[in-house]
Amino acid sequence: MTDIVLKTEGLTKHYGGVHALNDANFELRAGEHIAIVGDNGAGKSTFVRQITGVESRTKGKIWFDGREVSFTGPLDARESGMECVFQNLALADDLDVPSNLFLGREIIRFNLGPFSILNRKAMRAATEEGLKRTGVKIPNLDNPIRNMSGGQRQCVAIARSASFASKLIIMDEPTAALGVQETAQVENIIRTLKDRGIPLILVSHNLRQVIDLVDRIIVFRRGHIVASLNKDETDGNDIVSYITGVKSQNTATASI
Amino acid sequence: MTAAMAPRAQSRARPPELNIFLALVLITLVFELLNRWQGGSFLFNTRDNVPGLFNQARLQIIILQVSITGIIAIGVTQVIIIGGIDLSSGSIVGATAMISMSFAQVALVNGNPNPKAIFGPELMDLPVIVPILVGLACGIFAGLINGLLIAYTKIPPFIATLGMMVSARGVAKWWSNGNPISFPTDSFGALSNGDFLGWITFGALPGQGLNPVLLFIALAALFQLALTYTLYGKRCYAIGSNEEAARISGINVARHKVLVYAIAGSLAAFAALVLCSKNLTAQSGMGVMYELDAIAMAVIGGVSLSGGRGSIIGTVIGALIFGVIISGFTSIRLDAYYQEMVKGAIIVGAVVLDQWRQRRRALEG
Repeated sequence: MTDIVLKTEGLTKHYGGVHALNDANFELRAGEHIAIVGDNGAGKSTFVRQITGVESRTKGKIWFDGREVSFTGPLDARESGMECVFQNLALADDLDVPSNLFLGREIIRFNLGPFSILNRKAMRAATEEGLKRTGVKIPNLDNPIRNMSGGQRQCVAIARSASFASKLIIMDEPTAALGVQETAQVENIIRTLKDRGIPLILVSHNLRQVIDLVDRIIVFRRGHIVASLNKDETDGNDIVSYITGVKSQNTATASI
Repeated sequence: MTAAMAPRAQSRARPPELNIFLALVLITLVFELLNRWQGGSFLFNTRDNVPGLFNQARLQIIILQVSITGIIAIGVTQVIIIGGIDLSSGSIVGATAMISMSFAQVALVNGNPNPKAIFGPELMDLPVIVPILVGLACGIFAGLINGLLIAYTKIPPFIATLGMMVSARGVAKWWSNGNPISFPTDSFGALSNGDFLGWITFGALPGQGLNPVLLFIALAALFQLALTYTLYGKRCYAIGSNEEAARISGINVARHKVLVYAIAGSLAAFAALVLCSKNLTAQSGMGVMYELDAIAMAVIGGVSLSGGRGSIIGTVIGALIFGVIISGFTSIRLDAYYQEMVKGAIIVGAVVLDQWRQRRRALEG
């Protein structure tokens, strides 16, 4: 499974008597962009939380980058090369763009433990480079994040993930709170990730968006993976049929 | 392919410290006018027998009276920036003053045994470094307890430091059964009353008794630099701004909080050392209400009580505003009772202003 970046086998999560995720088998190949769709409560976010280590799974196995993993938290996942753009963005509103991009992995000029001197020039240059690579234009990098629009904030969060993710990016509803124009801008950034060959898992309710952006669509329903659809062989109505239960592939595997 | 965003509030706002400084100038001007109306002057020298353009005595009093609380406010500022609060700093001053003064006593007073001695002769006439280290250790210990309680037991900072406020005051009273501790060594007294400025400038700039001011300025500069240019500062702002984001980003939030509270404790200890050295005595009631003055200085100086925003420079200006107001009231002969009332109103006013700023930002953002 050399070209498989992420694989789950029998991934299950129960919250007491609630079976939020059942026996999910999933594969993501190198450079592939996959969308996860489904109704509210279908198990999409639960699935992402198990992969990124935000929650511990009830049972099942996860392989990432060729080895079986058991992340204890998002930080653990991040250190392995898996970045996640969370719905709440995880940005520090009062810090500027470079400080947010390098939050927790600052470039140091002199190492003095907790009082290490920051290399602000290097972080700023790397920020400019990272934003340029992802196609994001922020007029004033010194502006605190709180002074920015929702779209700009989202772009900074994605640029941060894109700058450091070496193996996989997961985005949980990245455009849910954005307007039409800002959504288009975020979608442009996602396309640059495709061009750079960085694999992506996109959780979204926007069917137009997923058909437009990804290679494959995984449909979740009532905690099960009910379909794995090639984007060239499906359309919005077809996907909705799987989401609502009108159609089913009668399979629990999401691999092609 | 670009994602150029429609600019919103992109122009860099005026530094908040500048607004606070303008407020300081305005308040000074108001007191100058009130003094002129009464036939005197707040800032300028009106006596023929005293040389100089400015009323140096008043300026010295203003800066001296805020420098000790100002040292505490430097630590409180950092605590508030990480989204916490410290109600214990005044009591830490009391406890630290009592304990450290006990190690700074002379054995003989006018040839007789020290009537206020706490320890036996073997712990008297110690080098000045001993009470300093003992004092700092007390402050750091109290700060560590605050930090550990807040970071690891998830007790709200208000409750944890309220507990420390009561306990530390209890320690201050218990230490000598409520009796004052006096008669320190000359070298301990010189900590505050000496002339360090004159010493380092070979007498060119005499500054007898201004050591607390120098220490305040030095500590303020040190921690302003730390907040601006070091990992420590960046993480303080990150935690205060969005603790969850900081945690997800790999910052050890609990450890950082402990560090910040320990630093705040050590700064309260510095203030205690300066205070009892200046007064040549330590009393269990020392530092009462200092915590509120320190919080007020920080809030007046633009430090947001919700965390993530503020600076030491702002707090220093906030401290000066505090000093000018107190001295200004005295200069226009306003009764001390009214001063307390107005001081309370200023604290509430500063918090209301902070809340208003936050609501406005929320509406804009």
